[in-house]
Amino acid sequence: MARFNAVDIALWCLRIGVVLVVIIGTIATLVRARYNAAQWFDFVMFGLTIGSIYAQIALGYTMVYGVLRLINFAHGDIVMTGAFAGYFVATPLDRSGFLDAHPVLGMAAILAVAVATSTSMALLTERIAYRPFRRVVGLAPLICAIGVSFFLEQTFRGMFGSAVKSYPSPAWQRATFTVLGFNVPRIDLLVIVLALFFMGLLYLIVQRTRMGTAMRAVAEDGEAAALMGIDVNKVVVFTFILGGVMAGIAGVFYAFVYKQVYFFMGFTPGIKAFGAAVLGGIGNIPGAMLGGFFLGMVESVGPTLFLDGIGIPAPYQLRDLIAFTLLIMVLIFRPQGILGERMAKKRA
Amino acid sequence: MIPFRRAALIGLAFGAGAVHLAVVGVLLMLHQRWIIIDVLSLGQATLLLLAGGAGAMAARDKAMNRLLAGLLAGLATAAPVAALAAIIGAVSLQSIFIALSHDLYEMLTVQQGTGLGAVVLLVGGALAGLVGAALRIGSHLVRRAVIPGAVGVVVAGVFQELIQLMLQQYQGIIDDIRDFLYTWEGLSLQGAIVVFVVVGICAELAALLHRRRSARATHDPRRERMIRAGIALLVLAVLPALAGSYIGQVLMLVGLYILMGMGLNLEVGLAGLLDLGFVAFFAVGAYTTALLTAGSAHALMHLSYWLAMPVAVFLSIVVGVLFGLPVLGVRGDYLAVATMGLGEIVRVIVQSDFAAPLLGGAQGILEIPKPRIGPILLGTPVALFYLTLAASAVAAFVAWRLENSRLGRAWMALRDDEDVAQALGINLVRSKLLAYGLGAAFAGLAGSIFATMLTSVYPSSFQLLISINVLALIIVGGMGSLPGVVLGSIALIGLPELLREFGEYRYLFYGAVLIVMMRLRPEGLWPSDVRQRELHASDETLALDAGADPVPAQQR
Repeated sequence: MARFNAVDIALWCLRIGVVLVVIIGTIATLVRARYNAAQWFDFVMFGLTIGSIYAQIALGYTMVYGVLRLINFAHGDIVMTGAFAGYFVATPLDRSGFLDAHPVLGMAAILAVAVATSTSMALLTERIAYRPFRRVVGLAPLICAIGVSFFLEQTFRGMFGSAVKSYPSPAWQRATFTVLGFNVPRIDLLVIVLALFFMGLLYLIVQRTRMGTAMRAVAEDGEAAALMGIDVNKVVVFTFILGGVMAGIAGVFYAFVYKQVYFFMGFTPGIKAFGAAVLGGIGNIPGAMLGGFFLGMVESVGPTLFLDGIGIPAPYQLRDLIAFTLLIMVLIFRPQGILGERMAKKRA
Repeated sequence: MIPFRRAALIGLAFGAGAVHLAVVGVLLMLHQRWIIIDVLSLGQATLLLLAGGAGAMAARDKAMNRLLAGLLAGLATAAPVAALAAIIGAVSLQSIFIALSHDLYEMLTVQQGTGLGAVVLLVGGALAGLVGAALRIGSHLVRRAVIPGAVGVVVAGVFQELIQLMLQQYQGIIDDIRDFLYTWEGLSLQGAIVVFVVVGICAELAALLHRRRSARATHDPRRERMIRAGIALLVLAVLPALAGSYIGQVLMLVGLYILMGMGLNLEVGLAGLLDLGFVAFFAVGAYTTALLTAGSAHALMHLSYWLAMPVAVFLSIVVGVLFGLPVLGVRGDYLAVATMGLGEIVRVIVQSDFAAPLLGGAQGILEIPKPRIGPILLGTPVALFYLTLAASAVAAFVAWRLENSRLGRAWMALRDDEDVAQALGINLVRSKLLAYGLGAAFAGLAGSIFATMLTSVYPSSFQLLISINVLALIIVGGMGSLPGVVLGSIALIGLPELLREFGEYRYLFYGAVLIVMMRLRPEGLWPSDVRQRELHASDETLALDAGADPVPAQQR
């Protein structure tokens, strides 16, 4: 047993090390007080904005994992397809001035096209790459999903080029208004409010409709659900539709926040959102939302709060480092997430 | 009517594939390379191959007129392509889809305008489908000659530059043969016919001989495989010296990927630990070598390469074990994501300003010297290729011995069922850490050679893409199979490197390869014996499951 103890000790050292860095960094940063309240407010605001986007993406992961026990590795790239589709609507609308004249109608059109694209991509992916593996255990489905991810990315690269395209940024989005003396960009508020609205809608669908009930039944126990007369294939398709819709909305918002699209853009938010889904307990829908917001906050506030005080130069460069560390820590130490998994522990 | 619907559906699926290739831009790129000069381009051949493949697939049913089904499938393949050509001819979409250019239109319509072009496409598709179906139902005697013959023509045509360069070194009869087969632009029509006939006859003879021999003696398939692998190795060893530095460079890259493939093979193929952060070990090997040998300001020491390499390998092992330690308890798909996260963390750190004083940041480390043996400087790609070859040979021996060792069997038990393996008394912690450490050693060695090859290291060389490349090549070759790694590296790294313009599309190809291999041949092209038996034993239960699935049955 001695060896196991050595491993345990190493893992405890890792835990303590990370916690120490966080605590010492936080104290040091706060003592130095190089940032004023407005700056902290900006960090928090940005964290909430990006967190609401992660939450939407995380929902796609969590629902698919719940129903199929599969990491939909390509989900981040489905987000990317939505962002690209939105780009080809948003740019002409912006150039013609329509987006400025009718913001609501313009945004609705952009979102509609993006959602249609990402949903059809999600369905195609499911049909071509995931359905044949429904009953296969082992690494094959995951490897196939990685293949899909690459295939989607490179297809979009081939179709639209590898250059970074800048997303339109209409004046009404850039405008800010003041709350309690802090400046809030309008786009941030729009993203957060709409994300909350759509996620609430999704939650109602899953909890209140027949199809949502069927989905939860399949997530609980697929075979028993099939025996009760639930058409599992229909449920899976429905799940991918919900995930695709969320991905489309998230893609457009992500592009509006970062003001650019390119073929590889879906990868990093995809992985982070997967982390958020695990963080909230995979298969757990409110958990995924919470996990998304939490990850967004940590990623936005974390680099400055934890690392600036220790004297690390340019901490914002290490934003991804913090997000990935959080992801790994969750996978290692609490794979069942903060709120706990909803399903049985069937993970392979 | 239903069988015909099936043929049409198969054709449309292949047609959708063709349209995808066109929209992505692959088709036009392939069209730029001739197989037979002024007769057939690689792009056209791809279209014909798709139609022929659809025809062959549609000719599977015994119930109907199979030739007709093939014809129909070929026609259905061409239809979407013709529609695409018509659309491009009518409206310009190039402002959105950058690949839908006028050149593509010219290619698809064979420069005949929309109407006539569509007719040509449809007729060509139908004929190709017919040929595909005929090949499928025809005698295997024909098939055995025609397919190798066609492959021979494609190889001779596509790689004409390289082949001509190689042949030009010699005078006399070889030069005369070259003159007959090739114009200086490429393969001539007469050359193509000759190559087709000669290769076809050779293949037929070889097959006859093979059958005679196997009928006469009880042959040992394993020994035969070893002999074949030996011949392949010999070719690999001699070819670069004959063929010059370009081939040497390509083969050297192939060799590096073979090294990494063997390392990842220990982790994924034997121990079943899907590691997507593998590139981190490669980076450790490269950066260690750079820091220990480089002439620039970042170097810690100025050792000779031969001293730095063992240190690099050792450090990679250490990092591998450290890397494996936290993820010991993580299983399956979570492990894949966790290791990918670790790999990304390594890259982010290397790239950041935080580590820049030590690792050079985004500017990287320059002035890494080439290794020298006594007075000889291993400066040319060919010389470095031999270094890689030697390293690969040693590594292959180690991997081969590991596979059949107690540890190797422990890994395989681990792969098949972790809980059972533990119950049988296998020390999970030790076996897993050894898998990470040894796998990392191979990658570290590859990274070390990579650093001297480029004489500089940059963080941008160590992206997740490398991990995926290595994963793809061991999957194509066959997980857990050593010859499979070699085959996979040649197919996935060497081939795209030889078709230089393929460059940016190779990842598209990798993605497709991963999906297709997982669906059609999960054991890989050259599977290890054990693996093949396992997978085919489970095929039967799979088929039963598929039969029990209500939805596919409805769709038939």
